[in-house]
This record gives sequence, C-alpha cells and structure tokens, in this order.
Amino acid sequence: MRVYATYNIKGGVGKTTTAVNLAYLAAESGLRTVLWDLDPQGAASFMFRVKPRVKGGGKALILGKRSLDEAIKGTDFDNLDLIPADFTYRNMDLLLDAGANSDGTSAGGKPARKLSRLLAPLGAEYDAVFLDCPPSVSLVSENVLHAADIIVVPLIPTTLSVRTLDQLADFVGEFRGRRPDLFAFFSMVDRRKKLHREIIEKLSSERTEVAKTVIPALSVIETMSVARAPVGVFAPKSPAAAAYRDLWAEVSSRGQ
Amino acid sequence: MTPGLAGFVATGDDPHAWDDSVGAALAAVATEFTVVRERDGDPARTRRRTWLDTFDWRLHKVGLTLDYVAAYRGGELRLAPSAPNADTGAAGSAAGAGSAAGAGSAAGAGPGGAASTVQPVTGWTVARPHLPSDLPDGPVAAKIAGLLAPRALLPVVTVTATTTVYRLLNEDDKTVARLLVEQTAIPGGNPLAPRLAITEVRGYQAQGRRAARLLAAVPGFGAAADPPFAAALRALGRRPGDYTNKIDAAITAAMPAPRAAAVILLRLLDTVDANVGGVLKDTDTEFLHDLRVSVRRTRSALKLFGDVLGLPKAELAFFAAEFKWMGDVTTPTRDLDVHLLDFARMADGLAAAKPDDLEPFRGYLEQRRRKELRTLARALRSARFTAATRDWRAKLTAIEAGHPGTAGAPARSRKAVKTPRQTGPIGTLAAERTRVCFVRVARRGAAITPESQPEALHDLRKRCKELRYALEFFAPLYDWAAYGKVVGDLKRLQDCLGEFQDTDVQIGEIRALAAAMLAAGEAPAVTLLAMGEVTAGLMVRQHAARADFARRFAAFADVDGQRRMSVLLRGRQAGAGRYP
Repeated sequence: MRVYATYNIKGGVGKTTTAVNLAYLAAESGLRTVLWDLDPQGAASFMFRVKPRVKGGGKALILGKRSLDEAIKGTDFDNLDLIPADFTYRNMDLLLDAGANSDGTSAGGKPARKLSRLLAPLGAEYDAVFLDCPPSVSLVSENVLHAADIIVVPLIPTTLSVRTLDQLADFVGEFRGRRPDLFAFFSMVDRRKKLHREIIEKLSSERTEVAKTVIPALSVIETMSVARAPVGVFAPKSPAAAAYRDLWAEVSSRGQ
Repeated sequence: MTPGLAGFVATGDDPHAWDDSVGAALAAVATEFTVVRERDGDPARTRRRTWLDTFDWRLHKVGLTLDYVAAYRGGELRLAPSAPNADTGAAGSAAGAGSAAGAGSAAGAGPGGAASTVQPVTGWTVARPHLPSDLPDGPVAAKIAGLLAPRALLPVVTVTATTTVYRLLNEDDKTVARLLVEQTAIPGGNPLAPRLAITEVRGYQAQGRRAARLLAAVPGFGAAADPPFAAALRALGRRPGDYTNKIDAAITAAMPAPRAAAVILLRLLDTVDANVGGVLKDTDTEFLHDLRVSVRRTRSALKLFGDVLGLPKAELAFFAAEFKWMGDVTTPTRDLDVHLLDFARMADGLAAAKPDDLEPFRGYLEQRRRKELRTLARALRSARFTAATRDWRAKLTAIEAGHPGTAGAPARSRKAVKTPRQTGPIGTLAAERTRVCFVRVARRGAAITPESQPEALHDLRKRCKELRYALEFFAPLYDWAAYGKVVGDLKRLQDCLGEFQDTDVQIGEIRALAAAMLAAGEAPAVTLLAMGEVTAGLMVRQHAARADFARRFAAFADVDGQRRMSVLLRGRQAGAGRYP
C-alpha cells in the first residue's frame, strides 16, 4: 500500500482537485484505492457526491472507537472508495493530541504518528491511499507527512510558493527514520504570464522534486464542482484530463 | 453478488410476460430511486458464458462453480461458491463490465462476493478438454488443479447472457445500489427466465436492501432458488451432478428380485455407455477406469444374482463372457495408465537415481499406451461390443418392465427355472447373498497366517471386492450409518490388500517392461538402474501392506465386525432402508 498526500500550507492551490483526479486515475489503472477527505470543508466528499458525515465524528475514528473500515463509502467508480469528511475534523488537532495521553482505549502512541497507525489496517484491502489535507501547519499536517510515502505538493508559480516548498523540504528533512518523498508540481499555471513561465523554468531545472507536468489554469477544472466528478469522467478528452494523466504517470513512477 | 441480498428470477413460462415483469421491476425501484442505465447510450453487454466441470462433477461436489466468460480479447475463468445467491449471472457479468463507471467499488459487490476468484486467460478453447497440467498458471488454476486431478475440465453448458446494469441514485445523484438484469439463452434454444439482482455499494447497504425489498414485491418475480447454471442445465433436461460412477440404483426392499436386479444392471450399463465416448476421445484416464469398474461390477452382479433374471443359463453365460472380454480388452491400457498416473510419485521416491533417469521409461510407457489405446478403441467400436451392450440393454429393459419373454425366446423352453426365493422380494435375497459373501471373506481371511502365500491374499482381495459390490448394489436397502461403518472398515481392508497386490503386479510389470525396453534397445543403463530402485521402493510398500493386514482384517471381521454386518443385514429385513 502506498500513501499519497496532497499537501500545501496555503489554501486554494488545487489540493482537492489533485487528490480527486489522481485517486480516480489510480483506481482506473486497477489499483484498489481509497481517498480520505481530511478537510472539514468536505470538498472531495462533495465531488464524489458523498455526504460529509462520519458516524461518531472524527473523535470516534481517532480514538479508535470506530474503525476506518466502518466509515468507508463506495464511490460511483470501480476500485475507488472514500472516507468522507466530517465537520468535527476541525478539532482533529486536539483529538490527535488527546489520544496520546489516553490509556490504551485510544489509538495511543506518539501524536504525530497516530494517523499512520490508523491507516495500517487498510493495507489488506487497498493498494493506494490518498489523503486530502486541510491547508495548515498543524498536528494534522504533521501526522499526514509522517503517514505519507509521497507528498504531492501543488504549487502556484509565485515566489512565495517556492519558499513554501523550501520550508516543507526542511521540515521533512528533520524527520527521524523514514522520510516521505516530496513531489511538487505547478498548478493553476497561466502561460501567458511571464512570471509563471520564469518560475517554472527556473525551478524545474534546479529542483529534482519538481514534476515535468504542469496543470494549466483551465475552466474545465473549475467545472468539477458543478459536474461533481473527476475531469476524466465528464471531459475525458480535455487538455486538463490529459494533464492529470501525465501527472499521475509521473507520480506513480516515483520510487518504483 | 453481495451476500445477504437475494437474486430474483421471473416466474411462469411466457417470454412476453417476462418482458412486462422486467418493466414492472424497473418501475418499482423508480418509486424510490432515480434509475439510470450504466454507461448511457451503450448497448447492453452480451457475453458467452460456459460452465466447466469434470465429467464426474468434482467441483460441484465440493460446492464450487467454475465458468469461462469470453471477451473481445481473451476471457476469464471465474471460480465461485455454488450457493444460489453467490452465482447470479447478472452480478458476475456486471463485474466484468470493467468500465470506469462500472460495477460497484465495494469489495463485496463483485461476482460471487469476496469468495470468488477470477483469472484472466487467453487462447482458451471452450470445447477442448483441459487436463490440470494444461491449465494456465493463475489463482483459479492453483485452487482447482488438485481437485480435478486426474480428470479433465470439460464444458458443461453454454449460454449467451445479456446484462443490463442500472444505477440507482439518491437525491444527490450518487449511486447507492445497482440493479442488474440478465437475460440468458442457450444458443439455438429458448430464452431462460430473466434474472434480477441488486448489488450493494459499500456504505449504502440500507439502500441496497430497500431496493431488494421493492423487487421482492414485484409480481412475476420470485426469489432465485438455484443458480443460473442449474437453470441452464434444467432447460437441457439435466441437473448438476447427474453423472456418478456410484451404483445408486432406484430399488426398494419390496421390489421383485428380477426387476430390482435388472434396475441395478441397467444402471451399470448406463455407466459403461456414458464412458465409451471419453475413452475413445482419450479425454482423461478416468473414463476408462469408470468403464472398467462398471464392467467388473456387472460380472460380479451376474455371479451374485444373475440367476434371478430368469434368462436361460446359456444366455447368461454368453453375456458373462462378453463382459469378461470387455474387461480383458481394457486391461492393458489401464495398467499403463496406472504406471503413468503413479509416475510422479515413483520419480519423487528415488533416492540414488535422478527423476530424469526415468524419462525414457515414461516415453516407453506412453508409446505403449498409444498402441494399446488404438487396440482398445477398435474393440469399443467393434460390432461385437455394440451388439453385446445393445442386446444386454434390450434384455434388461424387458425384465425391468416385467416382460422377460419379449427379450428373447420363452424362458421355459431354455430351462430357466426359478425357485420361490429367486422370484421373491430383493430385500430377502440381498441379505442372504451378502451374508454368503461376508462369510466367505471372514473364513478365508481367518485362514491367512504370516506364512500364507501371496495367492491367498490375492484371492481374499477378490472375495472382498465381491462383498463390496454386493453391499453397494443393495445400498439403498440399508441403514446409512450402519452401512457407512461396515463399508468404511471393508474399504480399509481392501486398500491394504490392494496395495499388497498392486505393488506385486507393478514389480512384475516393471521387470517385464525393462526386459522389453532392453530388447528394443531403448533402455539406457541409468534408466534400468532407476527402474530397479523403483521396484525396490514398491517392495518396501508391499511389505508394509503385508504387515498391516492382520490389523485391517481384524477391524473388519472380528466379533464386533461380524455383529455390525449382522445388524446391517437385519436392519434391511426390517425395512429400515434410509439411504439418502
């Protein structure tokens, strides 16, 4: 089982659209896939038409009162399941931290590794797990970074975004033991903008963790929230669908 | 299909009414769900589906069904439990859809639920028998190869199945269940009743169950009591498991002895006839084995109760001779089959020689077998064989119908005189004659000492076979539990005697084959050495069997064994037949 996390400290950079499209493509390629919508806003759940609700809320999952297995919903697509968002996920930091001090009735252990332990049983049933993270630097994101094998980082081509990638690389570099593979790509790219072109050119040549594929800023991607489906479903021949296929080809070949 | 949800099948025999019923089913689910066709605009998928099993239903007997579904390129083998709801054709076909928006992603929503196994195969020719060694490697082959051996996988029945998949949507237009409509037909035959199935989507079980309840209330559909496999076979006038080499004759204790005897012998003749085709095509070795067993049982039955048939002695002797001839012509091929079937074990048991050293021996055996099989095929196609089986059937059919005279000249003129016992009920006769067989085994076995010659054990083996056949012929008359115990002990004694004699025969044959190979210049020294080692191994097995004899015999024929046999035969006389 490989765990992919779409992560960025900033919001609105395309984390959810990336998670939804890559998870769909992973499933389409035959991998048994599950996507966990960790963002209390529930955008990924909305895209798959699944109600953003988990019985017992995030507390039941984090404290181990309910297994993740019970929360899983089938999507409309072969091989692709979803663990929906829940509004209580907004308190997940507290839950992760509280669990560390409880006595065996919870998932227990170090707070930053709790998510990793919760995911472990899914290995029997799934080949790929996607984590769609809320934008923040928090205990949740630290958990996600520890649980992931590959961190997929969407970057808007701005100077600040580059700084974000550096910060993330430094943070992950301090991990003891296993470190996730960082995989950044440029998202919402407008090639008419000189700054975009320059940053992409510079970073792509300097940084090995930056993908060759870029995802353009296309209205069809924004339409996903209207169609409530991955781009490959409602616009399979669009340039956006082709770009996500290229991106998945790059992501899935990492570390192989 | 997801476990827990029932499949449905249209009732009645009118195909026009079936169409209306399917329409009513769609209307019923549409009252609570939005119903849309999967893959809008695509035609329903039609596939050819062939169920496979061995001639003697080895997969069916262990509760499995195997089918092959052809696809544009290649196809797949699918192994599933044969419970009615585990093998709805509709559910199976839907999973094969393989579209992006195809069958449910829930792990349990696939064909046959989690217990089914699928193996893609290419170049599979449905009509061709597949021996276990011919199966392409994969998860299905790994599960069934041991169950099949040494039998070949054969096509049992083929249908064309057209599956239409409907998605059932909730208020968010989310798929919460699927309705599968499967319409099947046997190529060149009438359509079969359509089937419906609901497959659940993970996390939406309540909606799936609700849809199933809506279907259950639709007039014109009932719960599917049997899998589509059984329905397809029924349309051909067959049923799963309709061949067995067991005698399984439909007799009762009160049946007149001549009629019951004819029923048993007809059943044996059916088995002979059923296996001729497989022997001629050389489909697998067990066709010949079953044919030979039925011939041997027929000869034994003629000795045991041939007199009650009311046929003239000369006529009875004629048929007895014909069945002896059938046994004799089949022996050389079967002996070579035994060597070849045992070959892997022989090769594995070598200590000094290498398994490859035996390869020339295998080649020689195979070459000899091809020659012997040609001789056997000529005999089975001969006018003699055809006439013997045809005339024998005519005689038995007339006796079964109570008109022995129509099958030949009047019995009186041929000096066939029946005693009252011979014309009485089969129950009394069965007990008497089985008892005689048992006493013969008990006496001859008790006379065997450690110093006895091998011939004494060989003779006892024959008497045990006669007794075993007598018990099997009349099995429907006995209490099943008592029968099982007696036959179990007898079988273990027979296995011991069989091991003793078979190893003896094999040693003799290997020596003769070695001489023949040497004479033909086809015997490398290493092969002869390896064959010598094989015979030494067989000798060890023979000694072990001889040492085990006294224990096996005592278990069957000591005081307790005699009491068990007595209880069994007395139970019969009380009319306690509870054969399942």
